[in-house]
Formats: sequence, C-alpha cells, structure tokens
Amino acid sequence: MTDASVAKDAMAGTDELVVLKSVDKHFGALHVLQDIDLTITRGEVVVVIGPSGSGKSTLCRTINRLETIDSGDISIDGKPLPQEGKALARLRSDVGMVFQSFNLFAHKTVLENVMLGQIKVRKTGRQAAEEKARALLDRVGVGTQADKYPAQLSGGQQQRVAIARALAMDPKVMLFDEPTSALDPEMINEVLEVMQQLARDGMTMIVVTHEMGFARSAANRVVFMADGRIVEEAAPDQFFSNPRSDRAKDFLSKILHH
Amino acid sequence: MFDFLQGYDVLGAFWMTVKLTVLSALGSLVLGTLLAAMRVSPIPLMRGFGTAYVNIVRNIPLTIIILFSSLGLADIFGVSMGASDFAVQGFRLAVLSLVVYHAAFVCEALRSGINTVPVGQAEAARAIGLGFGQTLRLIVLPQAFRAVVVPLANVLIALTKNTTVAAAIGVAEAATLMKTMMENEAQTVLIAAVFAFGFVVLTLPTGLFLGWLGKRLAVKR
Repeated sequence: MTDASVAKDAMAGTDELVVLKSVDKHFGALHVLQDIDLTITRGEVVVVIGPSGSGKSTLCRTINRLETIDSGDISIDGKPLPQEGKALARLRSDVGMVFQSFNLFAHKTVLENVMLGQIKVRKTGRQAAEEKARALLDRVGVGTQADKYPAQLSGGQQQRVAIARALAMDPKVMLFDEPTSALDPEMINEVLEVMQQLARDGMTMIVVTHEMGFARSAANRVVFMADGRIVEEAAPDQFFSNPRSDRAKDFLSKILHH
Repeated sequence: MFDFLQGYDVLGAFWMTVKLTVLSALGSLVLGTLLAAMRVSPIPLMRGFGTAYVNIVRNIPLTIIILFSSLGLADIFGVSMGASDFAVQGFRLAVLSLVVYHAAFVCEALRSGINTVPVGQAEAARAIGLGFGQTLRLIVLPQAFRAVVVPLANVLIALTKNTTVAAAIGVAEAATLMKTMMENEAQTVLIAAVFAFGFVVLTLPTGLFLGWLGKRLAVKR
C-alpha cells in the first residue's frame, strides 16, 4: 500500500463508517423502512429504540445485507454494499453481528465457533486462531466453557460467546440485534457489561435494544424509530429527559416509571 | 434338510448383493447431496434442475430404469461403462441405475434435514463472511445429516432390497440365484425363506445401528 492510499484510508477513518441514504424497504404491502438516512461515525455507539414492528431490527439487518433493500444506498467505510457473492462475504466479515437468538453453530464447540471464521474466512492458522479465540473467550468471561457445546451453556454465556465469535473477525463495526431480548433477567447484565466494555474500548456499535439503561450509559446517540421512520435522533440525556416528538414522549411514558 | 443348497454359491450371490448395495449407497449419497445442494441453491436454474430430477426419477419404477440402462444405454447407445464382458457391464449398469434412482430419495431426505436447521444458523454463518458453499458445507449440511440418519437408514434398507431388481438384467446377485434354484429344486418355500433370511441379516443390523447412531449424533439445541 502506498503512502497516499494510507493517508486516504486514515482520512476516511476520521468520520463516516456506516452511511444509509434514503433507504426504503417493503415486506409485501408493509413499508418497513421509509426513507431512512443515518450516518454512524467511527467509534460511535448508536442505540436504536422504538416500539415493536417499527423496523429497527430490519434496519440493523440491512447493514450487512441479511435483508435486501428496495431502494437507497448503504455504504460501509466508503464502499457501497455489494450485491452478492465474494465481495459481499468479504464485507460481512468486517461487520460483526450479534443476534437475538445467539445462533451459535450447534454442532461445534464454543472454541470452534470462535475459530471457524478466522480459519475459513481470514485464513488464519489453527494455532493462532485458537490463541485468539481463547483470549476472546477469556475477555467475555467464558474461557472455562471453551470445550462445551452451545446447548450446554446458559443464554447469557451463549450470547457472550456470540460476541466473541463476532470480535474474532476484527470487525470495523458491530451490529447488535436485540442481544438481550431472549435472555432471562438475571443474565442480561453479564451481556450488557461486555457490551459496555466494548463501547469503552472504542468499538463502533449499532445496538437495537429495549435496555434503556444501556442506552443512557453507553450510547453517544439514541435513534428513535416508529412505523418505519426515524422519528428522532438525540444524545441520550436529551432524548430521555426532554424528547422533542410526541411519538417518543408517548413511547417513553409507556416504558419508564415502572 | 438344507441339502438343496449344495452346488449353489449362495454366499457368493449375497456378496454380489453387498457389493451392489455398498457402491450404490456411496454413489447415491454423493449424488443425492449434490442434488440437495442444488435444490436449496440461490440459482434458479440449479433449483429447477434439482426439482425436475427428483420428480422425474422418483416416479419411474426402478425396473424400467435398470432395463433402460441395459437395453437403451448399453445396447442402443453402446455405453459399455468401460467393461470388457457382459457380467461386469451388467454390474456397472445396475450400480449406475441404483445410484440414479436412490439419489432422488437421498436428496429429499437430506432436504427435509436442511429444513430442520434453524435459519439463524445460516445467517450467522453468512454474517461472519462465509459464502454460500461454505455455509452449506460447514454449517448446514453437517447438522442436516445428523438429523436425517434414520430416514437415510430407510433409504439404505430399501436400496439393499432393491438390488434384487438387478436380476432383471442378469446380474448374478441373490435374487438371480434364488430364481435359478427355484427352477431346479423342489423346496421352493424353503429357498424363498433362506433368501428372505439373508436379506434380514443384511438390513436388520444396518437399521438398528443407524437408529442408534442417529440418536447419538442428534444436534442438541
């Protein structure tokens, strides 16, 4: 790589990492994403909240093209999202994703789950991959479970393994699609703590969640969605104490004060 | 009581049955897996081919497929399967027919197994950057195979018994010998019983073993 291209990368690196421009998507007659514009800068933690069916999960899934879009543009690190094939696979390897239902590979051990992408996508050697996997599993606090199968772990442990699996690819950005919604209440915190640590370490994160506490403490920005639109974007303090839109006021009045 | 067995190579005939079974089973497993991959592929042409293959082949009687391979492929089109004599040619044509026929059933068993693998597994695989082929090979198929060991055992048992259709083109397997013996000997019921027992000896342990294996390999979710 020449000096010029390094400089260009570094310049791109200062600001916009994920850019969505007038994105539209329909599920049949349902217009799930309506003219979405959203820019996430490097190192930013954006929390997307909103009522069920507001399109926030769909939005999250369009960013690595697990959902296609009808119109609009999505680019990641300055490059438009490829249509299909190798280019798309390469892009996805740079975008970590954590699912609501964990989706750990059920026939592989925890360690193998975290090694697989490194070996098959990044072409890392087995030994290096295992070292990194063990380090990551230690980092998320499940190092002692490395040789178990996913079904032998609690939900919270599985989700932390899923985070380690995504981190093993050294992603530029991490997508969290309701990562704590399928968890028993006492396991939510162990996952949120790992996510908070990630945020402190400077990871760019897009988090779809119902955890308002996490939004307050870890987010740089809160994006409020309803009926397929972004209704309001604000800093968490401002959003929670003084929401501008009626829709957000209504939503917050229903979920807070319990 | 079993004097009538003398002078006949019953074990040799069953050995031929075993050879037909093993080779056809391996072949149909490979072809069936390819067909299943086609049927779930994102490319419409591949999907169409897989669907057409299964629906045509599984609805034609095996006897007709085997006769076509011998009378059509070999006699009219001169496909000799690289064999120098008729016995070898018949054997190879029988294996080819059995593979072609049972691959359709393996494909469908496997496809039902693919449907037992939650969509999230493939999504997670794609999300870490695996391509379609890698996702299928590393994540979906290994779990699908574990789910369909028992249905595949059914196909294998049917295949074992279906090798008797090779008698139609004169392959020297168990059913061919049974027919010869029935023509030459008086104890027809006993002869039938001996051959029936022979097949049970082949298929019963297979079924029991694969049933046990299916439980052992089942993916825990």
